Amino acid sequence: MSLDLDSAPAAGRHSRPADDERRPRPTRGRTLTRLDLKVSPYLYILPFFAIFAIFSAYPIGYTVWIALTDRSPMNATISFVGLDNFVELITQDPQFWNAVVNTFGMFAMSTIPQLLIALLLANALNRKIKGQTFFRMAIAMPIITSTAVVALIFSMLYAREFGLANWLLDLVGIGPIDWRANRYASWFAISTMVDWRWIGYNALIYLAAMQSINKDVYEAAALDGASKTRQFWSITIPQLRPTIIFTLIISTIGGLQLFTEPLLFTSGSGGISGGSQGQFQTITMYLLDVMNTRFRWGYAGAVALVLFVLIALMSTINYLLARRISSDK
Amino acid sequence: MTTTTLGPRPSPLAPTKDRPRNRAERLWKASPLTWVGLVLAVILSLFPFYWMIVIASRTNDAANSWPPPFLPGGKLGENIERVLANGDANIVKGLMNSFLVSGTITVATVFFGSLAGFAFAKLRFKGKNALLLIILASMMVPIQLGVLPLYILMAKLEWLNTMPSVTVPFLIGGFGIFMMRQYAEQAVPNELIEAARMDGCSTWGVYWHVVAPALRPAAAVLGLLTFMEQWNQFFWPFVVLADPANPTVQISLRSLNSAYFADNSQIFAGTLIATLPLFIVFILFGRQIIGGIMEGAVKS
Repeated sequence: MSLDLDSAPAAGRHSRPADDERRPRPTRGRTLTRLDLKVSPYLYILPFFAIFAIFSAYPIGYTVWIALTDRSPMNATISFVGLDNFVELITQDPQFWNAVVNTFGMFAMSTIPQLLIALLLANALNRKIKGQTFFRMAIAMPIITSTAVVALIFSMLYAREFGLANWLLDLVGIGPIDWRANRYASWFAISTMVDWRWIGYNALIYLAAMQSINKDVYEAAALDGASKTRQFWSITIPQLRPTIIFTLIISTIGGLQLFTEPLLFTSGSGGISGGSQGQFQTITMYLLDVMNTRFRWGYAGAVALVLFVLIALMSTINYLLARRISSDK
Repeated sequence: MTTTTLGPRPSPLAPTKDRPRNRAERLWKASPLTWVGLVLAVILSLFPFYWMIVIASRTNDAANSWPPPFLPGGKLGENIERVLANGDANIVKGLMNSFLVSGTITVATVFFGSLAGFAFAKLRFKGKNALLLIILASMMVPIQLGVLPLYILMAKLEWLNTMPSVTVPFLIGGFGIFMMRQYAEQAVPNELIEAARMDGCSTWGVYWHVVAPALRPAAAVLGLLTFMEQWNQFFWPFVVLADPANPTVQISLRSLNSAYFADNSQIFAGTLIATLPLFIVFILFGRQIIGGIMEGAVKS
């Protein structure tokens, strides 16, 4: 008892004597404990911030700088050119705009059916069915394949000669399509690659959200005579709003970075140009084209920044559109 | 009193359990159309896997025939041998590299992710929310934005065409930290941490003896998702592993496809080899993977 009373004033620096009375400890240990409590959290999050600083933040900052120069491995000296790269990119570069149109075309062509089908599929999986697990496993299977594998399989499906897609078209009396030569055909083919891999994934995300909707709401609607279709559009969809926003943003980030599928859609080393006329060259392919084939590094920096701005812009637009889903209520 | 005498049918206002459940069951019953849709979705999801086996087990001539083949042939072993022996693709090296890279990143992500997740969920420190926001923002930034300086950095470090270039930048990401934080908040009671501290545990001791064991289920899911994601990486390896002598397995596939004359049965044997490890993982842990995807979605 007297020990407690003595040690409390000795450790007078501590502002909470009550604490000390309960747990008297040697001073050295206490200092170490305080240091531990103070420093440990920062040590534990340090690995992320170290890697983020070196391999993300620094390169991003450097991109901004490099885009303002004419840096190239071919140039002996680097000079500051201001916004020249951006001006050239936006006003005098038809190939860049071609890539932008292709990217957005394929993005729209893949994302809209992808999310709609995923919604319908999730709605179907949310019914009372036998073999729940089997169905979930089966539709989730595509996500284990890499985009490279998907691209190679579908490239053969869409072969001009002996391709499965053309064989099916032949069955219904439609002549063969040259899937690589025609611009919209190539967009369609690439969109199906994206959709095949991601529909199941999105369906599972929607299913998870659907299962957390309170069933009482549906019951009340059913009592009021709302059909299942009506319930789907008036209850399920508005309730899923945050999830739809999430998938839209994820799809936007992924869709505007489209790269592997169109690259591997053609065999041979010329893949980066996206077809004979660049009919399916995307912005990312064009970025690497500028960087590794033409060695215009400053210009490539400008392409990267514009790509990022486009992604941020599209994500915001999609967010604003998705936010309106239940605003009519 | 009167309601009970009316028989088994309860009053609509009576708080019984049977009636709402019955109605809910009627509400959620699948229609024939739903079944057709689901079966169609399953066929479309699985067909490319089946077709991979069909082409991988035939000669190239049979693969390029009209009508296309729909049944597996007997050349699977032969085609796999041809891929493994293909010097341009280096697929054996690619497989080993992919295991090494994906394995290292998975272990690091789970370890660093659980440590940082624990810190964000259970420890108090200055600037916590701002730092968490940075991590969230980092998940939104595409790698393309910094690809050029990152490439120059790799060249300066002399990491081009080596495995550190595709490993070190991915040792820990925002997703892992977020997932672990969410799980730690729910799965680790504060009382348990308090008790461990009373017993004289240091912060590290709390992590090692209390938090890490509790995080095990989440760590398993994070590990599976990370391994899959890393195994399937293509863009960044394509940029920094230009030398075909030291590829990852996905880059090997690209080399197979780059040949002037595309040997489809060989390419498909390659895709089969590259997919097989993940296929095994999926058969063994499919439920956890699906659970992880669904759980992550609800929380974010």
